[in-house]
Amino acid sequence: MTADLTIDRETLQLTMSRVFDAPRELVFKAYTDPELFARWWGPARYENIVEKFDVRPGGEWRVIQRAADGGTHVFYGVHREVVPPERIVATFEYEPFAGHVMVNTADFEDVEGKTRLTVTTQYSSIEDLEGMVQSGMESGARESWDRLAALLATV
Amino acid sequence: MRQTQDELSTTFQALADPTRRAILARLAQGEATVGELAEPFDLSLPGISKHLKMLQRAGLITQGRKAQWRPCRLETDRLKDVSDWVGRYRHIWEERFDRIDEVLRDLQKEERPNGHSDPNRGEPHDS
Repeated sequence: MTADLTIDRETLQLTMSRVFDAPRELVFKAYTDPELFARWWGPARYENIVEKFDVRPGGEWRVIQRAADGGTHVFYGVHREVVPPERIVATFEYEPFAGHVMVNTADFEDVEGKTRLTVTTQYSSIEDLEGMVQSGMESGARESWDRLAALLATV
Repeated sequence: MRQTQDELSTTFQALADPTRRAILARLAQGEATVGELAEPFDLSLPGISKHLKMLQRAGLITQGRKAQWRPCRLETDRLKDVSDWVGRYRHIWEERFDRIDEVLRDLQKEERPNGHSDPNRGEPHDS
């Protein structure tokens, strides 16, 4: 199953969306229960250690990703808006780039008993975006004209 | 090769226009003259030149030096950086969505024997 990706190039805002075959309360729970969050936030090859997960406006969250070789990545932020089971807005920072704040918004929408989850990431500057690119995973896939064509179709 | 932030910003700006994206899509098939590029868009030559200048400034295309002919061609490096970044974002969230799907399936399996969803965990029950 694929997700829909949209890009607002002016505002550097990326949006991913998918419909899940589960009621909204359950999808919201998967997103906000620390134990469940640790199971999907990934990447799969990292262990997620949830140090703080206070899902209230102003509540902090802090997650450590530990790789098999012991290397760790620390992510943290503050919940800005918590409206069960409709919406979660939280800031997101990656420790090596502390101070470069991204804002993730998750909207949960009831679609005839299923749930559309829409996640929007707002980068505050190109520099932040670049930082994430550099800190990101190595790109395994080799570039191809197909992929460029696909990009041109999406942007 | 990493772009500076200004370069990437210019690239995004250049991509933020349907005519310019169509020009890039046309150039993905091979070189073309300014006249050839203007043709499908019903644009004047100065109009198309403005778009081409933006694409050039963004490093997305180059224009040949030969007088008269001066074909435009696609430069893929810059697009690759943008494409890499977007692709990575998509990949991360697709993986997460896949795992959320698994978590939801597990939760529903656990809850099915009772026939009802679990009303605890502190969320208001608004149904």
